[in-house]
Amino acid sequence: MMRLPKFEYRAARTVAEALEWMGEFSSAADKDPQAHAMLMAGGTDVLPNMKHRVFTPQVVVGLRGVAALRGIAYDPEHGLRLGAGVRLSELAASPIIRARYPALARAAEVISTPQLRQMGTLGGNLCLDTRCNYYNQSEFWRKARDYCLKRGSEICRVAPNGTGCYAVSSCDTAPVLIALGATARIASRAGDRILPIADLYHDDGIHPVRLHDGDVLTDLYVPSPPGDWRSTYEKYRVRGAFDFPIASVAAVARFDGAQCADVRLVLQGVATRPLPLPEVEALLRGQPWTPDLLDAAAELGYKAAHPMDNTAGTIALRRRIVRAYIRRALDALIAPSVIH
Amino acid sequence: MIGTSLPKIDSYAKVTGAAKYADDLTLPRMAHGRILRSPHPHARILRLDIARARAHPGVLDVITAADLPRRYGIMPTTQDEYPFALDTVRYVGEPVAAVVAVDEETAEEALDLIEVVYAPLPTVSTIEEALAREDIRLHDTTKRGNIMKEVHLDFGDVDEGFAQADLVREDTFFFEGTTHAPMEEHSCVADCRPDGKITLWTSTQTPHYVHREVAKVLEIPRSRLRVIVPPVGGGFGGKCEPFAHDFAAALFALRHGRPVKFTLSREEVFYCHRGRHPVKMILKTGVKRDGAITAVHLQTFLDGGAYASYGLATVYYTGALLTVTYKIPRYKFDGMRLYTNKPACGPKRGHGSTQPRYAFECQLDKIAEQLGLDPAAYRKQLAIEPYSTTVNGLRVTSCGLVECVDKVVEASRWRERRGRMPAGTGLGIAISSYVTGAGKAIYWNDMPHSGVIVTIDRGGGVAVLCGSSDIGQGSDTMLAQIVAHELGIALLDIRVYTGDTDLTPVDLGSYSSRVTFMAGNAARAAATKLRALLFEAAAAHLGVPAERLTAADGRIHLADDPATGLAFAEAAQLAEAAHGTLSAVGSYTPPKLGGEFKGAGVGISPAYSYTACVAQVAVDPDTYDLRVEKLWVAHDCGRALNPTLVEGQIEGSAYMGFGEAVLEEQVFRKGLHKIPSLLEYKLPTIYDTPEIVALTVETHDHEGPYGAKEAGEGPLNPIIPAIANAVYDAIRARVDSTPITPDKIARALKERQRPLPAPARPHGAPTPIEVMPL
Repeated sequence: MMRLPKFEYRAARTVAEALEWMGEFSSAADKDPQAHAMLMAGGTDVLPNMKHRVFTPQVVVGLRGVAALRGIAYDPEHGLRLGAGVRLSELAASPIIRARYPALARAAEVISTPQLRQMGTLGGNLCLDTRCNYYNQSEFWRKARDYCLKRGSEICRVAPNGTGCYAVSSCDTAPVLIALGATARIASRAGDRILPIADLYHDDGIHPVRLHDGDVLTDLYVPSPPGDWRSTYEKYRVRGAFDFPIASVAAVARFDGAQCADVRLVLQGVATRPLPLPEVEALLRGQPWTPDLLDAAAELGYKAAHPMDNTAGTIALRRRIVRAYIRRALDALIAPSVIH
Repeated sequence: MIGTSLPKIDSYAKVTGAAKYADDLTLPRMAHGRILRSPHPHARILRLDIARARAHPGVLDVITAADLPRRYGIMPTTQDEYPFALDTVRYVGEPVAAVVAVDEETAEEALDLIEVVYAPLPTVSTIEEALAREDIRLHDTTKRGNIMKEVHLDFGDVDEGFAQADLVREDTFFFEGTTHAPMEEHSCVADCRPDGKITLWTSTQTPHYVHREVAKVLEIPRSRLRVIVPPVGGGFGGKCEPFAHDFAAALFALRHGRPVKFTLSREEVFYCHRGRHPVKMILKTGVKRDGAITAVHLQTFLDGGAYASYGLATVYYTGALLTVTYKIPRYKFDGMRLYTNKPACGPKRGHGSTQPRYAFECQLDKIAEQLGLDPAAYRKQLAIEPYSTTVNGLRVTSCGLVECVDKVVEASRWRERRGRMPAGTGLGIAISSYVTGAGKAIYWNDMPHSGVIVTIDRGGGVAVLCGSSDIGQGSDTMLAQIVAHELGIALLDIRVYTGDTDLTPVDLGSYSSRVTFMAGNAARAAATKLRALLFEAAAAHLGVPAERLTAADGRIHLADDPATGLAFAEAAQLAEAAHGTLSAVGSYTPPKLGGEFKGAGVGISPAYSYTACVAQVAVDPDTYDLRVEKLWVAHDCGRALNPTLVEGQIEGSAYMGFGEAVLEEQVFRKGLHKIPSLLEYKLPTIYDTPEIVALTVETHDHEGPYGAKEAGEGPLNPIIPAIANAVYDAIRARVDSTPITPDKIARALKERQRPLPAPARPHGAPTPIEVMPL
C-alpha cells in the first residue's frame, strides 16, 4: 500500500484558529520548505498528493470542523453565498443551485465519484493543484524520470525547452464560477479580502492559486442571475466517473429575443488556469444565435486552446473536444432544459 | 443441484468483509517487507551496498540476489529470471532488493538507504527496435539478438492454397498490450515453525507451481514448504507464477523464524504485469469465390518484455487456436517473441489467442464484404464440424459455434437491422474458441492434472479437498455443487478446502480455463466412489438392491419410493462401520492429444468452448468518441453447472474485452510505464460499460463433468473484433489496431477520403508475403 508520510494533523474549529496555526508555519517555511503547513478540507486532493510525496507538509490543518465554512444561502437580491466547506455532493443536490445555477450543480456532479464528492468540498476543488502526467506520480516514478519542474527539477518534462510549468488546471467548479462572475472571500491574519474568482488563478502551473501561505478561502458569492440568464457546463472525460476533464466548457448567456445580449465562456482542462475566451464572447455578443455563428465561435475557441501532451487524451483529441464542446455548450444554452 | 443458479459458497463472507485475503492476515510478531525496484529500463548494477539499510533501526533483514542466486522461470525450458536482479536490471520496476522491518514505514525508509550504482545501458522498447538492434541484447541466452523464441509451423502447402484462391487478402494488425488490474494487489505472508517448515500464504492462481519454484530457489525440499491460497481478489492471469515477494517472504521466515508480510502497491502491480502481449500480426488468407478458405498464413511478433514468463506458451498460442473455429485446409504459422526493456508479458484471459482472433475476425469481415457475403452467415458457412480434427492436429469435440451465431443474430435482430442502422452507428459480429484446460502441464509429466479428496464425518458433514485456487470465478462453489449433487446433500453440509499444498491433492491451478473441467471431473469421480460405499451400506441396512437407491435431500432412499430410506448421516455411519474411515480420491488426466511435431503440446485441450458476439456501436460525429451501446454474447459452455456464474463469467469477459477494445493501453515512455495507476490506466467504469446480453448454449460435451466446458476466458475473444467490425459498419473505415481511440477513428475517416485501395487480387496472382518493415 502507498503510505502517507508522517505529519501532524490539527483540526481547526474556527477560521481564526486555522489562520493562527498556518501563521506559525508560513514564516518557518521560508527557511525550510519542508517545514510548511497545508490546509485540508475534504483531503481528496491533498492526501493522494501526499502519498505521492509531491506535498510533504509538516502540519496539516484540517478545516472539516469549521462550522463557519458550511452553508448554502440564497436571496434574490444578493444572490448565492456558499461556504468554502460545502461538499460537492451538497452543491450538486441543492435545489436552489439546481434551479438558479444549473451549470454549477452540473460541474459539481461530474467531479470524480460519489465517494469523493461526499468528501470533497467546493473550496478544495477551487484550490485543486494543477495536474500533469509527469507530476501526479509516485516518488519512485518521478525519481526514475529525474523529477519535473513543478517538483524537484529545473526541467519541465513536457516542454524541456519551455520556460514554465504546463501542469493543467482541472477543477470543474472554477470555470463555472468565473463565467457566473462569482467572487471569493479570503481570510488572512491581515484581514479579509474579496476578489473575483478569475483573479484566483494565474498562468503558473507551479503555484496555480494566488493565495498566500496562511490564507483561508472562506466564502463564495455568486450574483443573482437576471431572470433570463442561462448556463451550462459541458465536460469531456474519458470515463463516466473518476476522471478529470480532458477539456470542458462553462458557458453563461443572456438573450434579447433571438440575439445574444451577453455571454461568457471559460475553458477548463487545457491550460494552467481556467481559460476565458473574450474574443469568442465578442464575436457572439449582440449577434443572432445562428448555426454559422456558433460554428465560427467554436473555431475561434479551438484556435485559442493550446493543450500540451500531459494529461489523458492526446493534444489532437483535447483540441477537437474544445471545438465540439464549445459548439455543444452554445447549443445547450438555447435548449429548453437550460432555461430557468 | 447441477444446472442450478446457487449463490457462491463464499459470497456472504466476501460481501460482509469476513473473507480474509492475504493482506488481512496478521500474525504475532509479524514483520513487513518492501521491495526496492530498478528506476532504469536497462542497466548494469555496478555496486549494491545494503550496509546502511541493514543498520537502520527497526530493519530486520535485507535480501538481494546474493541471498537468492538461483535462476527460475515458470516454464522449465526458459528460466531467465532471478528473484532479485543479479547484475543487470532490464525494466523499470524490476526487484533489486527487499527490506524487512518491524513495520512498513521503516522498511520503506530503509529502501532509500540502499545504495545502488547503475551504469545505464541502451534499451529496446518496441518489436521493431528489438529486431533491428541486435547489438543491444537483453539476455545472452538467445540464439540471435533479442529473439526469445521463434516458431515455424507448416500444415499443408499454403502456396498451393493461395494459388487456388480467388481472393487473397493480406492485412497487418496491431494489438496493444493491456494488463489484468485485479482488484487485489499481490500480497503474501510467510511464517516458519520451529521445526523449519515454512508456510507461505500468497495470492496466487497456481499454488502448485509457486510451491515448486519457491522450494527450488530456496534450495529446500518441497516437503518443508507449504503454500496456502487465501481468498484471491482476482487474477486474470497476472498471478500465475511466483514473484520476488514470495521468495523474499519465505526466505525471511526461514532465516528468522518470524512471520513477514509483503503487499504490493498498485503501481508495483503494474510493474509485475505478466499481461497481454502487444502483438503485431501479418495475416494472409486465401478464399474461393464462395468464401471457402484455401489457406491461411499468420505471422505474429510478440513484444514480450524483459523476461520469458509464460511467453514460450504465448507465442505458440498465437498460432495454435486460429484453426479451431473454421475449416482451414492449409495453415502456416510463423511466430516470434522478442525481449524488450519493459515488464514481462505473460498470460491474460484468452492467453495468446485473443490477438490473432481479433486479426482473423476483422480480416474475415473484410473478405465477407469483398465477396458480398453476410458476415454472420459467412461465419456459419465456414464453421468447423463438431467431432473433427483441425489441420494442426487439434481434436475438436462438442462445438456449438453455429448455435452461438444463431443466438446472437436473433437476439440482436441482426438480419432486420444490419445495413439499416442510423448514420454513425453500426453492428459487427465475431466468433471465437478457447481451450477448456491446457492439455499439458507446464512441466511435462504423466500425472493427473487435478485431484480431489472427499471425506465424510460421522455427522454427515462432507469435506472436499482440492489444490485448486478460487480467484473469484467460483471454482470452490463448483466443487461443492458437484459433490452435493452426487451425495444428495445441501451446499451447507459441505466444506471446501482448496489451494493448500500440505492438505490438498495437486491441481495445476486457475489458468487456461481448466478447473471446472478437470477438478470437476476429479470431484465427480471421488464423490461417486463414496456414494457407492454409502449405497452399499444403506442397501444392506434397508434390504434393497443398491442399484435402486438414490441420494437426494440429505437422504439415501429408493428412487421410486422416497419413504424407504435413511438419513445421509446414518448411511455414513453404516458405511464407516462397514468399510472403515470414509474418504475417496478422484483425479483427472487429459487424454493423449495432438500431433507429433514440436509445439504440438500447446493448443491441445480435452474440449473447446465457442462464443459469438454481436456489438452495437455509435461514433460521435464531432468528437469521434466511440460508444459501445450493447453486446450480445452467446457462449457454448457445454453445460452451465451454475448458470448465474456462467453469465457472470460472460459478462466479466465482455467487460474486459470492451476495455481492451476501446480504452486500455499498457504503454511506456522511455521505458517507464506512462500511467501506472487506476486513475490514468483507463479501466471502464459501470457508466461506460455497454449493456451486455449473456446467452448460453449447451452442447453437453461428452468428456466434461455433466457436459461442462469452460466459460471464464473464451467469451472475451470475440468482443474485441466484434466491436472493431461494428466500428467499420458505423463509419465505413477500418481501424486495424487496438484500442480504437477517437484519434484513430479520426485518422481512419481522413484516410477513407482517399481513393479506395485496389480491388481484390485476381485468381492465380497472390501477392508475395511481404517482410514486415522494420
